[in-house]
Formats: sequence, structure tokens, C-alpha cells
Amino acid sequence: MYKKITLALLLLVAGILLGKYFFGTNDNAVVLPSPNKLYRATGEDGKGSIERNESLQGSIHEVKNGGSIQEAVKKAVPGDLIRVFPGVYKETVYVDKDDISFQGIIKEGEWPVLDGSKELNDAFLYSGNGILIENFKIINYKGNGIMGQAGNNFVLRNNWIMDAGVYGIFPQFGINGLIEHNILTGIEDAAIYVGMCDNIDVRHNEVFGNVAGIEIENSRHCLVENNLAYDNTGGVLAFITPGLPVKTTFDVIIRNNFISKNNHENFGAPGSIVSGIPPGTGILVMAADDVIIENNIISGNDNAGIIITDFKNGGAEASNDPDSEPNPDRVVILDNFMIDNGNNPVGELKALMMTQLSTTGPDILAIGGGEGSSIRDLKRYRTWGLGDFGSPEISSTSEVKTFLLDEPAEPREISKKDLGEMTYYGICSGCHAYDIRLIGVPTNVIQMIYKDNPQGIVDYINQPKNLREDYPEMPPQDYLSEEAKMAVAEYILSLKK
Amino acid sequence: MRKTVLLVLLIMSLAAAYYLSCEFNISPNIASEYVAVHNKKIELCKTCPPGFMLDQENKCISKNLYQQYESLQNIGVGGLKTALPKVRDGFTPQQIDLGRYLFFDPVLSLDGSISCSSCHDPLKGFSDGLALGQGINGAELKRSTPSLWNVAYLNKFFWDARATSLEAQIQGPLYAENEMGNTPDNLLSALNQISTYRRLFAEAFTKRSPNDSIELIEIYTAITAFESSLISLNSRYDQYAHGFHNALSDKEIEGLNIFRSFVARCAECHTPPLFTNQQVAVIGSPEPEGSAFDPGAEIVFNDPTRRGGFKVPSLRNIEKTAPYMHSGNFKTLKETAAFYNKGRGHAVPEGEKLYLHWHIWEPDLTETELERLEDFLKTLTDESFMPRIPEMVPSEVNEQIKTPS
Repeated sequence: MYKKITLALLLLVAGILLGKYFFGTNDNAVVLPSPNKLYRATGEDGKGSIERNESLQGSIHEVKNGGSIQEAVKKAVPGDLIRVFPGVYKETVYVDKDDISFQGIIKEGEWPVLDGSKELNDAFLYSGNGILIENFKIINYKGNGIMGQAGNNFVLRNNWIMDAGVYGIFPQFGINGLIEHNILTGIEDAAIYVGMCDNIDVRHNEVFGNVAGIEIENSRHCLVENNLAYDNTGGVLAFITPGLPVKTTFDVIIRNNFISKNNHENFGAPGSIVSGIPPGTGILVMAADDVIIENNIISGNDNAGIIITDFKNGGAEASNDPDSEPNPDRVVILDNFMIDNGNNPVGELKALMMTQLSTTGPDILAIGGGEGSSIRDLKRYRTWGLGDFGSPEISSTSEVKTFLLDEPAEPREISKKDLGEMTYYGICSGCHAYDIRLIGVPTNVIQMIYKDNPQGIVDYINQPKNLREDYPEMPPQDYLSEEAKMAVAEYILSLKK
Repeated sequence: MRKTVLLVLLIMSLAAAYYLSCEFNISPNIASEYVAVHNKKIELCKTCPPGFMLDQENKCISKNLYQQYESLQNIGVGGLKTALPKVRDGFTPQQIDLGRYLFFDPVLSLDGSISCSSCHDPLKGFSDGLALGQGINGAELKRSTPSLWNVAYLNKFFWDARATSLEAQIQGPLYAENEMGNTPDNLLSALNQISTYRRLFAEAFTKRSPNDSIELIEIYTAITAFESSLISLNSRYDQYAHGFHNALSDKEIEGLNIFRSFVARCAECHTPPLFTNQQVAVIGSPEPEGSAFDPGAEIVFNDPTRRGGFKVPSLRNIEKTAPYMHSGNFKTLKETAAFYNKGRGHAVPEGEKLYLHWHIWEPDLTETELERLEDFLKTLTDESFMPRIPEMVPSEVNEQIKTPS
């Protein structure tokens, strides 16, 4: 009897569990992605890539539909992970902290969606190092989808970005970053724009229906690999924009990409650099040096497969910059699969081809200045202006697996003494000098009062008490970091003059 | 115990005032006493101004919290925790202090009527509060007076970027007929006739004989040394940047986010930490009613694509230096921000072909957003290292009284 009941109960429980397994919709049914940051880089010997798993040390903050991602950022400390569950989030998330990871949870095809409603400016703005952003759907922002300002060691992946006003993904002033497995479309400028950065890999992304697909601008050591770029005005761009504080673009590899049918009409904002890109451009190299183009499939781009040009012929309506060298030098074209390009050349290229009694554009066009460029198997393609191209000294770039750094770009090492010195002279010296009365008491008097008691100085910094009538009250200096407070306290006690 | 400390302090204060003769370091409540003691003699400061550490070689070395950070390609632009551009430092305390006296001394102008500080007034953000600068005899100048805060970090000077060093810049206003109106010969002879200056220059420039005459390069160097000491890096924004997020209110942070957004794009040219990327930009801002179009950098670089181009100014202490733009055409920060909101080229005169900067577009910011931008810009104010205005300059010293050497 008991056995029967037990069996029936067991069956019932099993049934419920099975039911949940097959039809369940609770959160537990979703296998959450690994909270750990996967960081890829080449080994020191430059041979083979390694994968490093940076395991999560911090805590996990969960944001669910109706919640605010920014509130989670405010609570987060470096090392934390912010998990965002499916739902619609109408906000600009700004991150002025280091080592914060954002992970969208995708459940039965439902994404966490950041929706700018064409009212908000940017979806993600970060300035910190070590930022990871993955698994977000970002739509309808006026500015950028993801924008970085000076953050190093970033990973931006698996994001689905549509109709951002200006750029989809735009790291600026960043060192060592990975942009992979993103899909971007409907972007009025560049979908992926690497601007004034060093050591960036852009790979496995799909970019379509944008003015520019992938743009490497005023950046060095960048790899653009295994991307699919189609139906943009221009597919992949490597160039220098004049007038920016960083003046060069060099050491760029464009490899193993599918760059097809980039014939979209140019809907860039008037005056923007990309508004000058002729529709039907596969790859555009303007003024950039040491660009290697290898093993791409470049097909169906109606203007030209590859255009190599200088400022003057590049169509950018910008003022000159005497500090930027305007010519593309040492461009290397290795084997590429190029068919069906140039079916409908436009503008200047069309006029140029007419002079050759041709109505089709070339696979490859080189126009303007530049020296030292080379191409493998020149005769294989329809080309224009490649008369002075030599034979490449290399046949492959296979030894370069990545441009990411072997170790993350580390912040500057600052000793406690240095920090104390910077704080003392950078801030305290406005009111204190060693043996002179300024606005505040002389430092040697502080030394007498707080001999062997740096914590006493720290306490005073946090909450000054006006101890004397002959001096004005010191405002609290509690904005200093805990390290800086102790460092400056010890520095003050160690001063000799 | 407390009484003892107070007594020690009192003695030390008096001692400091009497012996060190470093007027810069005197707090206001004892300044009058100091002047009474010293009104017949000026001596140069032997300590560095705030923001600088004196090294073993008697040089003032710049120190600040931004030295904790790096910047990409060492260009000193980027985000919040980014190093500054290369600084101009390493002057001696004596050179800096001598420069301060020169800066405030009207003897530098042809007729002794105006000094550098007449236009670069420390109480007006080292500008003059006017739309257009005003030179000798009230001559109206073509452009507004730029601030001098943080010039130690700049590599281009004048609105049209025609000078690449402070020494070169200084010679512009000194010798322009409508500015200070002086000539090199006249300047040298005026200074060499003032015995206090001869003594102070000998103290600041020790590699030559104390009896030698003052040289032009010494004048430029001393003024450069002083101007390089005008550091403003301790604003509430800086506290935020270094990691203290309570330094800014919610509205100010909102302003910061608009400022750096890719809709407003302010930070693309006014890039932290200096709030300038030090480039020349053609933005098409208007001239005052009835004035001719100012070709700006086109003339300097002999390049029509730079017509109407001007150097991007730093926005630090911008609150203090209204009115704004090269021609001082906008009275408030909000009005200035609104210029960028009115559409690409809206103020370009008919028939002018300008190569407007690509970041000039139509961001379509709301009134509220413009107000938030103004809120944020006011967080860039910091005058905590304001230098002291001399109670007296060497040209005013009564020459009859011989100073002991």
C-alpha cells in the first residue's frame, strides 16, 4: 500500500519535473552563460592563440524587466558582473568604473533590449578599463550603441544593434579590445568604428545596411577578420581622418572577410566623412599605411572591389591637416577572391573609366599618392592605377593570429610615495607649504601635531574640525580615494622641507 | 600644549613673513603687515607655486593626480582617467616669480599704461570679460582674449594657432602696435633702467654675470615660467574623474553624459582631461554684426581648406571667461551650446565656402539638455591655485632707495 502511494507520488513528481523540463518557463530553466570573461591572446612566441579564462571574483547584480541597469552600475564595484534579463530598458548606461561586466540573458529568443526611442543619446558609454558588454539588443538611439572613451582591455560581443544614429560600436582612445560576434544594421555612419585605438581585433561580425560596415580610423595594429559585410555603402574601411589628435593609421590586416554587394545608397549625414564614400565600395584604404588585404571574398561591389586613395582623391570634404601624411603607403594585396565588382561605377570613377572606354569599374583602383605598395598576382584582376605596385615580400599573414596584447594593458604602476607626492603637491599645496604660512597651517606644524599618526591626518581630511581661530576652516577632502588619503598623510609626515 | 603649538606657529608665521619674502605665500590677514615691512624691496620667491614640487636642481616639477594615468600614444586626450599632454615645467621658483612681476607690470607696454594682466585678468579667468580684446589706448582688437589657465599643456597659441611656444606667443601682444605697442629695443632699455629688475633678473638667471644687461630671451622665459604655473586641475569634475562620483549632482552627470555623447559630440574636440584636443577646427561661428569674415587659420597655414578655422580652446574655467568664441559673440554658455544645435553652417555668410568640421551637425538637443550642458561646464571651474597679484611691481619701486645686495 505504502509502496503504491510512494510510487504514485514519485511518478507525479517526476511528471511535474518532466513537464517543467519540456514546457517550463521559469528562470531556472535557462542555463545562464558563464560569468567568466574569456580573454583571447597570442602566446608570447606569437604562434598559436591561447584562451584565458578570467574567472569572476566579484558579485553578481541581477537586473530584471522594470529595473534599471544604471542603478546596478552605481552599486557595482570593480570585478562585478551585471546580469540583465529579458525586458525593455530605456536608459543610457554610463560606466566610469573599471572591470564591470554586462551580460544579457537571452531566454527563448527574448533579449534584454536597450531602447533609446529615438530620444536617448547613447546606450552604453564607458570610460573604465576592462569593460565587457555581451548579449544585448540595442535599438533606436540617437547617437551610438556602445561608445568607449579611453577604456582599455574591452570585450564587446554578441550584441545586436539596430538603428543607432551615428555609430553602432565605437571604442575611442582604447588599447587592447575585442569586438566579435555582433550584428549591426541601419546605422547612418559606421556600424563598427574603431577610432584612435591600438591593438583591436574585429572578427566574426555581420554588418549590413549601414553607410560603412567596419571602419578602422586613426588606429594601429588592428585585425579585421572573418566578418560578413554586405549591403553597406562601403564594406570595410581603413583610413586616416585629418584633424584628429592621433595622426596615423598603420598595421591593419583585413583578412578572410566576406565583402559583398556593398551597394547601398549613401545615407550618411551631410558633412560626415563617410558621406563621401561612393556606393558600391568593397574596401576603402585612404591614407592608411601598411594595410594588408588577404583572402577576402570581395564580390558584387558595383563601384570597385578595393579603392586605395589619398586625402585629395578620397572625397572627404574636410580641411587639411599638415600633421597627417596624406598618402597610403606600403599597402599589400595578397590573394583575394574578387568577382563581379564594378558593374556600376559612380562619380569620378565612372568618368575615369570612360577615359578607358570602359563602363565597368575595376576590382582594384589605386588613385593619388603613396609608395611601396604591392600586389600578388596583379594580372589576375581588373585594376586601374596599380602600375607602380611591386611584388609583396610576404605571401601570408598567417603568423599573426591576433593583435590583442599578450597581457592586458595595465594601468601605470604608482608607488604609495608617488601617490602621496602627487596628492600633496597637486592639491594640498594650494593651501599648505612646509615652513610658510599659506591659507592653512604650515606642513611642519601638521607634522608636530600628528607625529607617527597618519590615521589622524586621514580622519582630519575626512572631517576637518576647525581647531584654531586664526585659520579658515579646511573644506573636507573626502573625495580623495582611501589610498590617496593615507598616501598623502604618510607623505606629509615624511617631508623634510 | 595647544598654546605652545599656537605660539610656535605665531613665531613661525612672522619669521616666514619677514625672512622668506615670498609674497605669493602670504595669507590675506597678514599681507598688509608684510607690505609694510617690505614695501621698499621686492624679493623673489624661493619656493614653487602650488602644483609644483621643488627638485634638487631648484626646478619646479609639475605634480597632479593625472600623473597616475596613461594616454594612448602619449597624446594626453581620452577619457576620465587619462594622462594630460606633456607639460611645460622645470622653471626655477625665481623665474616663475619674476615672470609674475613682469606679467603685472605695465612697464612692458610702450607708454606704461597696460600690462599683460590688463587683458589676462586673473579675476576674469585670465581673460577680460570683453567680446573683443582691448589694446593700448583702447584699441579694439580683432578677436577675444584667450584664458591662460593650463597653457603649460598647450602646443598651439593664439586663436589661429600661429605660435607653437609661449615664448613666441608672448612676443605677439608685446610688439603688436594695437596691443602693448612696444618694441624689443624699447622694452630692453626700459627694464634695464630699473635696478630692481636688474637685480631680480640676475637672481633668476644665474648662468650669467649679475652685472650683465637683461636680455629679451630672459623676459620671454620668465613670463613663460609664470604662465606655465597657472594650473587648474582640481575642479569638481576632476574629483569625479578620479573616482569620487558624489562630486557631481545628478543634473551635472546628465550634462557630462550629453557632453560626451555622440549626439552633442562636445568631447570629440573638447576632449578630457584638458577639454581640448588642440586641433584647428572650422565650425562656422558668426562674426559680430557688421564685421568682416575672419579667415583665421587660412592665413597662417596658407590653406583655403582651413578658412575660418580656429584652435579648439580648453573649457577649463570656461564659466569665468564669457563672452565666448573667437569673436566673443555669445554671452552665455547656453547660448554658445545652442550655436552647435542650430544646424551645420547656419551662420556661414552667403558666398563663403568653408570646409566645416564633420562633427558640426544638427544634434537636435532639447532646451533641458542645453541647460544640463551648462550645468556640467560649470563643474570645470577651479581657481584654487590662483596666483597672488603683486602689491607692488618693480617699475613702481622708488629708485632713490638703494637696496642692499
